[in-house]
Amino acid sequence: MWRDHLTEIIIFSLLFLLVSAMGFVAARWRAPRDMAHLDEWGLGGRSFGGWITWFLVGGDLYTAYTFVAVPALIFGAGAAGFFAVPYTIVIYPLVFLVLCRLWSVSHRHGFVTPADFVRNRFDSPILALLIAITGIVATMPYIALQLVGIEAVLKTMGVTGDSALARHLPIIIAFAILAAYTYQSGLRAPALIAFVKDSLIYIVILVAVVYLPYKLGGWGDIFDAADAKFKASPAPGDGILLNANNQLQYVTLAFGSALALFLYPHSITGVLASKNRDVIKRNMSALPAYSLLLGLIALLGYMAIAAGVKPLPGAKAGSVDGNTVVPLLFDSQFPDWFAGVAYAAIGIGALVPAAIMSIAAANLFTRNIYKEYLKRDASPAQEANVSKITSLVVKVGAVACIVFLDPQFSIDLQLIGGVIILQTLPAVALGLYTRWFHRGALIAGWVAGMGLGMWMLYQIANPATGKKHFAGSAFPLEKFGFDTPKTIYVGIVAVLVNLAVAALLTLVLRAAKVADGVDGTTPDDYFADEGDPRVTPGAERDADAAPEPVA
Amino acid sequence: MAAPEPEAPTTARSRAKDHSPWNWLLFIPIVVPLIPAFFNADSPRLFGFPRFYWLQLAWIILGVATTTLVYQMTKKRGGDR
Repeated sequence: MWRDHLTEIIIFSLLFLLVSAMGFVAARWRAPRDMAHLDEWGLGGRSFGGWITWFLVGGDLYTAYTFVAVPALIFGAGAAGFFAVPYTIVIYPLVFLVLCRLWSVSHRHGFVTPADFVRNRFDSPILALLIAITGIVATMPYIALQLVGIEAVLKTMGVTGDSALARHLPIIIAFAILAAYTYQSGLRAPALIAFVKDSLIYIVILVAVVYLPYKLGGWGDIFDAADAKFKASPAPGDGILLNANNQLQYVTLAFGSALALFLYPHSITGVLASKNRDVIKRNMSALPAYSLLLGLIALLGYMAIAAGVKPLPGAKAGSVDGNTVVPLLFDSQFPDWFAGVAYAAIGIGALVPAAIMSIAAANLFTRNIYKEYLKRDASPAQEANVSKITSLVVKVGAVACIVFLDPQFSIDLQLIGGVIILQTLPAVALGLYTRWFHRGALIAGWVAGMGLGMWMLYQIANPATGKKHFAGSAFPLEKFGFDTPKTIYVGIVAVLVNLAVAALLTLVLRAAKVADGVDGTTPDDYFADEGDPRVTPGAERDADAAPEPVA
Repeated sequence: MAAPEPEAPTTARSRAKDHSPWNWLLFIPIVVPLIPAFFNADSPRLFGFPRFYWLQLAWIILGVATTTLVYQMTKKRGGDR
């Protein structure tokens, strides 16, 4: 009952109101002379320094869903869920150089989205449209999942109702507020709120990793309790260590997820908002602090095992909602007021990425669909306006997904999202290094990668839950005819096929001398830095000459 | 916030490119964390953590150290490289 959780609810609501107020005030923070420009609304004026970028990108990549789902995975399957740690280590050296090149070329040409870059580099509106649609489709369920994070918290606090509307009302209100201040303040709102969100999360986790082991008998006992649970369970894949069959899956999932993460439009939005290359490089060294946090959060799953947490029932009868594990752990182990702070951290943690994702999806729509196909001569002010309205539509869509569909549907879609966003790798990431690929071949590769990825995901069943299709991302190699119980991450296979098709067809199309368009960028563009002149097309304002009236 | 420097701006053409041999070091923190043979074991335990967990958390330090080193060694060159 919610009355038992009154203190938690009050603290949660107060902190929630505080950040909502900050979201509205953010419009005036580092205010530009003219907010009616997509660079201002959608990229915070491309002016964020090291600290803001650290909080913004950290708050963006490490979402509330991550904080809830990763420990839930560890709780359920053990070591396999720890892939999140190598995944978030590998990513930074991987993109250290790549994203600097993307930043530079975007700075020179005024690109706002990865599809803008592809359009210009490969001179292909179709390829750019495919990239934009892939980005939007992959991002939408990710936004919906942020709501799953909030819902897990609300459920634990007993804020539920009998009718669907009553049950979802708090989330609808929360998202309405979020939509209103994102509409007004653009990327500045999540940037400012990220300070609060991350501070709360760091405090909660530091307390949790010191206090909870002390209460539960020490780390050794926690791991032993988990070990005992997995030894007793009949499932073959669980355990506190990997077994011979899931190591390949573990490594390919970590690597594939790392490749995918920075192809997501919201990650690129966060990076493009930084003011120069140095900020990005320094952040690639500083962002792993969040990985440490994530690793410790993941271990909350084992603490929940040691503390004897039983997850709350799920939406369907007989199922359990694993995502409630962490909120329940806090509820049972922390004093009420601190559990309230922890819940607020998760709830606010959902708002930051949801805002950035909706902005990123809106930018993609505006730049690569609206401006490309609907209104060629849109002014920057019109672009900003379309983006603001689209961000509202995107959020309504995300709420509708959660209210009207089984949340499991969003989780499945997000799984698919990781696989499909990987298919933009050849055009976006490799495109930053080489224009060797033919634009037609890139399109064919995308089609092949998408087709194969979808087919593989469709084939994956989970006998334990009775799902026949889309039951995970671990593809059994025996379906390819190999005599082995090993599994592999779908995304890696799909993107390798994508690359192979793109490479082969490039050779064919080049031999057949098919027209390949004109590269709109020069090699120097990829090293441009703050202060270098921009070559933004059209009559845009002189953005770099005087970002501030007086120094 | 600093206004743009008043000095003559260095253009991309005059600036060093990303071709430093130091960049090859970045492969270490990409490859090492993806080799399960290193970490997929229980012993030795450290503060109660099985090796699987403390070693993978330690790779974070490896990643930070490498990116920091590469950044420091490749930034702000005068005219060379």
